[in-house]
Amino acid sequence: MSLSAQVRLRLGELDLGVDLDVDEQAPVAIVGPNGAGKTTFLRALAGLVPLDAGRVSVGGTVVEDPAGQIRLAPEERGLGVVFQEPRLFDHLSALENVAFGLRARGVSRNEARARAEAWLERVGLPQVARMRPRQLSGGQAQRVALARALVTEPAVLLLDEPLAAVDMSARAELRHLLRQELKRYPGVRIVVTHDPVEAAALAERLVVIEEGRVTQDGLLVEVTAHPRSRWVADMVGLNLWEGTASGTSVRVGADATVVTADPLEGSVFVSFRPNAVTLHRRRPEGSARNVWCLQVQELNPTGDRARLRLGGPVTLVAEVTAGAVSELSLADGGTVWASVKATDLVAYPV
Amino acid sequence: MAFAAGAVVMIVLPLIGLLQRVSWSTLLSDLSAHDAFVALRLSLEVSLGALAIALVFGLPLAWILARHRFPGRALLRGLVTLPMVLPPVVGGIALLYAFGRRGLAGQVIYDLTGWRFVFNTSGAMLAAAFVSMPFLIVTAEASFRSMDRRGEEAAATLGASPAYRFRRVTLPAVAPALAAGAALSWARALGEFGATITFAGNLPGSTQTTPLLIYLDIESGHEATALALSLVLLLVSLGVLVGLRDRWLGNP
Repeated sequence: MSLSAQVRLRLGELDLGVDLDVDEQAPVAIVGPNGAGKTTFLRALAGLVPLDAGRVSVGGTVVEDPAGQIRLAPEERGLGVVFQEPRLFDHLSALENVAFGLRARGVSRNEARARAEAWLERVGLPQVARMRPRQLSGGQAQRVALARALVTEPAVLLLDEPLAAVDMSARAELRHLLRQELKRYPGVRIVVTHDPVEAAALAERLVVIEEGRVTQDGLLVEVTAHPRSRWVADMVGLNLWEGTASGTSVRVGADATVVTADPLEGSVFVSFRPNAVTLHRRRPEGSARNVWCLQVQELNPTGDRARLRLGGPVTLVAEVTAGAVSELSLADGGTVWASVKATDLVAYPV
Repeated sequence: MAFAAGAVVMIVLPLIGLLQRVSWSTLLSDLSAHDAFVALRLSLEVSLGALAIALVFGLPLAWILARHRFPGRALLRGLVTLPMVLPPVVGGIALLYAFGRRGLAGQVIYDLTGWRFVFNTSGAMLAAAFVSMPFLIVTAEASFRSMDRRGEEAAATLGASPAYRFRRVTLPAVAPALAAGAALSWARALGEFGATITFAGNLPGSTQTTPLLIYLDIESGHEATALALSLVLLLVSLGVLVGLRDRWLGNP
């Protein structure tokens, strides 16, 4: 079973054009900034938002194709959705909520009950079976919602920011449960999130959507090591420059050229970790060839370390120890010399 | 302040006037008199019949008005509320020319089946439904439109067909509002006078509902019966109000 989607639609300000093929090998996380179209993409897969053009097929069956006048209703697509809010049915008990999808499909009352009970047990909540959704905590409600979606064994499981509306205190535990269940679930699994920690915990493949387009798609380790957009670089906490390479020399600005370890030609990205930046009071002597005199635009102490946003011929974020901040008497608006070793700069073609 | 007090007097004084003239000692015998009893039973039958008509025909219309976009929807929504402001007598005459024996549809129905609404309990039900259905439609439409649709979406992704969703998710969600609309609609049907007497007639046992009998009794000097029946209708109205107080009087 696999999912193949070419989604083209306009909704308000959003112009969505996303192609995605997912098999059942591993969970996929869709990440991206707010308003990028992640949730709309998921809703389009589920049949809750119509496509303008494109096609969605599940396991070889076309479920939507505007050109071919095909549009299966959500209930005919055989998929499960966990929404950001639990969306439990208030007038039904937790158990009846979980059994709902089975009953809707004509499963007998007794069998539906038994299977729902087994799932409540599996998500660690056998004791809430008879409780109403109002009596559940946010984390419990979302567990019930997960059980409700999984009990029908959908071929495709879609999760839309499943942890976003859950209390911080309950989030780690729920994330652990989600990770377990997603790992062993035998279908196509797609989870939308804006949280990199969540994405890393739940998925092996990362798809980045920005302004309605896929900007990056690959294995988690690949994407986080080689960001291709400002948003991804910020998400994984790397500095990112775009430039033109000529051998090991990369022009990254009007008056800035950096030296990297690996020779490349043409348009490239250059990324490096903030803690690879060394700061000096005077221009450093020696082998480092990537040296600039920069202005401190922002200084954020975090515990025993500090992050500095520096600007000048180049813009970068540096992370240094709190000791270095006082030693160099760094402050907002001051200037400082910054250097990065060529071997710490990772260059890769655009 | 004085004007506000005036309003209270205008509403409360007639009630007191009614209550102080009720002949309490003969109340039970007045109500169990043959024609009073028949009228009360007929009223119950007619008002429940009107409510059934409103539910069967009005609910689907409320759903379509709330959930579907089509040309003329705004016009239709306005038309549906017309009986709420139309003088009932005019409604009765309009019904006569539509469903009377010589009416647009009435003629056809009579020719085909021999069925007539006039002087028939079904006519009284139709008249009561005509004036009372808008109360149900307006309430139901508002609740269908304003309810949280996220539960319905979740139900759809769980494989529930539209009919199953309506029965197990939508209906329970709007049940309180629907009950209020139904109670209001029923109370209006119970008190219906003008359209009934104009369209269905004033035939004891068939179309002479309680309000019609009250009018007849007061005209013909049977004051005690008229007052006893009025008291019953007043108590029913109060009962509906008490039942709806949370929704209409703004109590938490």
